[in-house]
Amino acid sequence: MSKPKFRSVGHNQRKLDGVALVTGKARYVDDIELRGMLYAKILRSPHAHARIVEIDVREARSLPGVCAVLTYQDVPRIQYTTAGQGPPEPSPKDTFVLDDKMRFVGDRVAAVAAKTPQIAEAALKMIKVEYEVLPAVLNMEHAMDPDAPKVHEIPSANGISIPERNIAAQVEVTDGDPGRGFAEADLVVENLYRVGYVHASHTEPHICITYLDETGRLVVRTSTQVPFHVRRIIAPLVGRPIGQIRVIKPRIGGAFGAKQEVLLEPLCALLTLKTGCPVRLQLTREEVFVSSRTRHPQVLRCKVGVNKDGIIAATQLDVLANTGAYGSHALTVQCNTGSKTLPLYRTLQYREGVNNVHFKATAVYTNLPVAGAIRGYGAPQGYFALDTTMDEIAHRLGMDPIEFRLKNLIREGDSPALLEQLGEGREGVKQVLKSCGLRECIRRGRAEIGWDEKRARRDQGPVKRGVGVAVLQQGSGIPGIDMGAVTIKLNEDGSFNLLAGATDLGTGSDTILAQIAAEVLGTDADKFSVLSSDTDLTPFDTGAYASSTTYITGMAAKKAAGKVRKMILDRAARMLSERGEDLVLEDGQVRGRKESVSLGEVCSDALYQHDQEQIMATASHISYDSPPPFSAHFADVTVDTETGRVKVLEYIVAVDCGTAINPQMAEGQTLGGIQMGLGYALSEEYIFDDRGRMLNPRFMDYKIFSAADMPRIKVILVDTFEPTGPFGAKSVSEIPTNGPAPAIANAIFHAVGVRLREVPFTPERVLAALKSRDT
Amino acid sequence: MKIKLTINGVPRETEITPDEKLLGLLRREGYFGVKFGCGRGECGVCTVLLDGRAVNSCITFAAQAHNRSVTTVEGIGTPDNLHPIQEAILDHGAAQCGYCTPGIICLARDFLDENPDPTEEQVRDALKGNLCRCTGYQKYVEAILDAAGRMRKLSGDSG
Repeated sequence: MSKPKFRSVGHNQRKLDGVALVTGKARYVDDIELRGMLYAKILRSPHAHARIVEIDVREARSLPGVCAVLTYQDVPRIQYTTAGQGPPEPSPKDTFVLDDKMRFVGDRVAAVAAKTPQIAEAALKMIKVEYEVLPAVLNMEHAMDPDAPKVHEIPSANGISIPERNIAAQVEVTDGDPGRGFAEADLVVENLYRVGYVHASHTEPHICITYLDETGRLVVRTSTQVPFHVRRIIAPLVGRPIGQIRVIKPRIGGAFGAKQEVLLEPLCALLTLKTGCPVRLQLTREEVFVSSRTRHPQVLRCKVGVNKDGIIAATQLDVLANTGAYGSHALTVQCNTGSKTLPLYRTLQYREGVNNVHFKATAVYTNLPVAGAIRGYGAPQGYFALDTTMDEIAHRLGMDPIEFRLKNLIREGDSPALLEQLGEGREGVKQVLKSCGLRECIRRGRAEIGWDEKRARRDQGPVKRGVGVAVLQQGSGIPGIDMGAVTIKLNEDGSFNLLAGATDLGTGSDTILAQIAAEVLGTDADKFSVLSSDTDLTPFDTGAYASSTTYITGMAAKKAAGKVRKMILDRAARMLSERGEDLVLEDGQVRGRKESVSLGEVCSDALYQHDQEQIMATASHISYDSPPPFSAHFADVTVDTETGRVKVLEYIVAVDCGTAINPQMAEGQTLGGIQMGLGYALSEEYIFDDRGRMLNPRFMDYKIFSAADMPRIKVILVDTFEPTGPFGAKSVSEIPTNGPAPAIANAIFHAVGVRLREVPFTPERVLAALKSRDT
Repeated sequence: MKIKLTINGVPRETEITPDEKLLGLLRREGYFGVKFGCGRGECGVCTVLLDGRAVNSCITFAAQAHNRSVTTVEGIGTPDNLHPIQEAILDHGAAQCGYCTPGIICLARDFLDENPDPTEEQVRDALKGNLCRCTGYQKYVEAILDAAGRMRKLSGDSG
């Protein structure tokens, strides 16, 4: 296939905000000064489950410098979900801005706004609360027991699946005839896998600043992935119409899903409305760990049946998930645990296009920290179980793990029927795979790591080496749901403004959108000033989640640029007295057969000379396709059989993200996702005491990988062309997080012959597994 | 209490409270390139230079800066006059969200002053107190090694 040549797309354009970032000029939420700004602090529950019998805030209110104290008695009793999704929201509306019932250690009791942070802290200590302490649900596997305490009472249920049994959400789908598949299979492997709490650990803590503008409108400056959802969701909670609220997203210090949550904005805004003053609410690092959002812990039962020739007959995945005290993303994350993993493999087909697959997930409430969206969104859990099971089957069949996978992986043209049943919280949309570089990912990764030589290696001594593989997919946006819109306008100097509701969180999407528009408009990306996002100034976007921005909003940028291009060429044709089809737009010039005009001259003509108009256009885009990116991960590890320590020596990741709009940034996304995945596999976990209190809410005790811990990683971008994406692009941001846990688990098995079925693979767990192997 | 210090080469006198941290002082003075991440000296996003040495400004008392010189990222290079470390970070596409970037630049400046020709392992070891969640550190490591080369070349040219 001859590949089209691009001038902007596919190049390592410097980030448009790069100079601001490296010189300290970039402005994040906290980097403004507002006269008279108050500092808010939150009093948090010391109990996992309790009811407030009495709360006395008189002393706190009378402390000089305290401007407002809010408890459940002072805020509207409206249920909402913090999940930050579009309506109809698939997460249960089970949360109040402030409530009289505490559901986890760290739940919100009261909020104070004061003239200094110190006064606010002092006021918190003066709030007297009498609690009725209730029995707590601290083990998800007992949450559905008949005598288990109820985290949410029935009358407050609002979209909760079965509150009497602490079930927040559940889903079950079957495709084909898995029962027959398992019955006819020559080998069935079934195992339990466990994954616990981890945190996104963005470096900028959650923060929000609210104030009233000169007309009395409420302005919310917040570290969010979803400014338009914030505006819509807080409107009823603060009693203001949407038109009276403006949400501004400045630079964001990382988010990874945890800032899809609408956590701080309602409370901060209510304090501003109460006092009339600007209010700043920033979480401490401890509060970020304890009270923001986490990856859903799960217990997964994975069952795969296979024929002796290595063809999968049926797959089954049963998931019990812990959503914590509130059901944020309880349904949709669990849907993704199935829908992003199971369709990767074909099964024996009794009817064309139908696979023998069964998937069931139940998300239960507990009195523990709240789960939610986080990079990968259910898929890292699912891949740990599914991919490790595939590896085990290959071993039991005596097949090479790669050869076994190659026999069963999906191909271009496939249309997994499961995806028609299993969408995000509702029925899915039929998907036909139009681009798939998976086999090329495997081929190149296998060569790069030296798979064949390393699989044959045998070690002496206590430190054993092993190599493992994991094979992955994700999606690109939520089909039929995610919408992005972009406005582009031309200025007199040939520069453009690009206004996008899409939220650059540090992902580089501002630059990606400019590169796409620049390609269409025959100019350079740095001719664009990109503004994202401000609900007053930029068009709508559902937000930065579900790996959607490049694929969905990128196409909106391409469409808007196409409209602007047509306006430019139409006017240039008149200016040059030439036919439109004879004109060429490149290098900031419109060239005719005889003469040319610059983009600046075209703009000046439009603004000041003839038939005046603003050359600008807005376009929106949705897609009923959600093309999966694909990836193969390879880990080369050592396992010290005396200490249990696992060390990753080398990590290879080959990824098919379609056309990489900016290869350097695609690599950067991949490297960052691997870092998060390595922590999930090896070091990150929440530790609780027997009363549900997190014992390690700090970086010293919650270990994310440092530069010194990281292995050398090689990223291979496998070029494919996705026909439904902008210039052939698919997503890249979430998929890398899925790989390290299964790839390392499979490498550990290769090294020492034991299967780790619970993350993280700490020395204690590895030693215990070795011991049980040897006894 | 009042202290005297130099911030990015400019002598200043400022009123502080005894418990105030250097981070708070610098942000109050408008140096927003100094970031808050954990308040416990565990993540490094608040890193600045105190008499040329990298410190976590969130656990350094403002009073400790009395009669000393503080450099923030704003003092290392400006948009019109970028430091080679900043140039290298841009060229390698190392910064993503950028929240840890000012601290890493300050750290790298101190480190490269001490180790003008480091190995990759030394760079990784030096960076271990500066946490980043976006990048996996690899492009930062490559950028710092590249910057070391650029700085050696510059000092060679001038010397």
